[in-house]
Amino acid sequence: MDYAIRAEGLVRRFGATTALAGVDLAVPTGTVFGLLGPNGAGKTTAVRVLATLLRADEGRATVGGFDVVRDAHQVRQLIGLTGQYASVDETLTGAENLLLIGRLLGLGRADAKQRARQLLADFQLSDAADRAAKTFSGGMRRRLDLAASLVGRPQVLFLDEPTTGLDPRSRNDLWDIVRALVSDGVTVLLTTQYLEEADQLAGEIAVVDHGRVIAQGTPEELKAKTGGQTLTVRPADLADLGAVTTIAHAVSGASPEVAQNAVTVAVNDPGVLPAVVSRLDAAEIAVAELALRGASLDEVFLSLTGHRAEDAPAGTDLERTPA
Amino acid sequence: MTAATLAPASTPARRLSPVAGLRHTFTLAWRSLVQIKHNPMELLDLSIQPVMFVLLFTYVFGTAIAGSSGEYLTFMLPGIMVQNALFATMTTGFGLNNDLTKGVFDRLRALPIARWAPLAGRILADTVKQAWSIALLLGVGAILGFRVGNGLLGVVGAFALLLAFTLAASWISVLVGVLVSEPDKVQIFGFMVIFPLTFTSNIFVPTDRMPGWLQNWVEVNPVTVVADALRGLLVGGPVAGPVLQTLLWGAGIAVIFAPLAVRGLKRRV
Repeated sequence: MDYAIRAEGLVRRFGATTALAGVDLAVPTGTVFGLLGPNGAGKTTAVRVLATLLRADEGRATVGGFDVVRDAHQVRQLIGLTGQYASVDETLTGAENLLLIGRLLGLGRADAKQRARQLLADFQLSDAADRAAKTFSGGMRRRLDLAASLVGRPQVLFLDEPTTGLDPRSRNDLWDIVRALVSDGVTVLLTTQYLEEADQLAGEIAVVDHGRVIAQGTPEELKAKTGGQTLTVRPADLADLGAVTTIAHAVSGASPEVAQNAVTVAVNDPGVLPAVVSRLDAAEIAVAELALRGASLDEVFLSLTGHRAEDAPAGTDLERTPA
Repeated sequence: MTAATLAPASTPARRLSPVAGLRHTFTLAWRSLVQIKHNPMELLDLSIQPVMFVLLFTYVFGTAIAGSSGEYLTFMLPGIMVQNALFATMTTGFGLNNDLTKGVFDRLRALPIARWAPLAGRILADTVKQAWSIALLLGVGAILGFRVGNGLLGVVGAFALLLAFTLAASWISVLVGVLVSEPDKVQIFGFMVIFPLTFTSNIFVPTDRMPGWLQNWVEVNPVTVVADALRGLLVGGPVAGPVLQTLLWGAGIAVIFAPLAVRGLKRRV
């Protein structure tokens, strides 16, 4: 298989802290690979090493077949970088930011302007082209960040927590953009604190904790490891709580809990959702809320490491299916 | 989405030509200068403070210190040019620290551009700003009655000498910008160091009017040396000695602080 990114035994220490404690990665060309972990797990350090911004103390890595240390200049011609640590210039306008990058990449003035215009249009930023980036909303700024990293048409894109702090709508917009990039053949290395995000985008996920990859696999494989999902049913009429509990038990085979006027039960088979819906329907029970919640990052961590992630993710509300 | 369409994979170039590095430097200098367009306050910062200082010192202290405001202007203007130039060097460290803390520097470093271009571009842009302030002070001085004694050659010489000295001094600013955690701390450093440094020189008050213990320091203070060189070039008096000493001070500062600043920058990123 052809790998766009390979890393072997990456170690990086900052004083007494070990940010990377021997990380191996192999990202097939044209795929999205997710690095999932809490703050301080070493995700950003790994990206900085691969993006030639930081040297590893031990180990080696290649991007597009080029060594990130020895052939750093070639690597920089292949990559785009967006994230917490690579930002646009807030005092420049959207257009000027993209123009700057285009000129630095060797485009002529007219070409750089044309490329900036095109990217601004693609990212719905045309109206804000002549406004300083500091006036942009969070979602707009992330889109501009991403546009800036695409000026050079990178083959490998590093997205370091691209949606942290974004509202669900902006997050969805950004996901769509990433999907479009991948369909065009770009390889994406994505770091995230959200299992949901890795699940939505990545074909393969590596879970990172304390500088090590502690689990790796497809989203489905990881979810299976972490004990499945939770079903929540909130009847419109509290008098139905008992009936709902009975149905939840019958369908899942597990013992439900009743709290805050809702019934929750652990489920391992996604097929329970339609089963519950038809049983509720048959019993003519009106439902205020019905949700199948996936394993959260916390739960992944608890089951994989035996300890909780220090930083709880901002919920998995995006998976909620309104009843 | 068309934006993402990949160009056919071409073989990446192995290295950069120095000419490309210069082009990157000019592009990045453009970036620093175009910011002024969006933030006119910066231009006011560059312009109002020096002009205000000239006006205040000339008319408030002039008669008391030198007998007349005209005579005082001749004495003080070269010195205030030095003071203003030193304050203006803080722009470099401020901007650099801003880029480092906001992540702009990392974005630039991830691009296939010359490693030295981000710093060189910033210094080039700040040199242009310096030139603007120096010209402004000379212009305001001329309006208020400052008489140039050595003609155009003197003015050009003073201009070039001050620019060269500030270029060297800006390495101190770069070092501060690399070491502190946030941009405002660069300003605080500038205030805490440059204020006392420039006031304990002979730029506002002649050395022999100060207490004896202070005079020893004033005479060796590099600000005094540079101010004397500018007075020599612009007004008249000894030139060779102070100019040579200014160049030596500049070289000394650059030799010590440039390697420290570059090392600090490499450690920081």
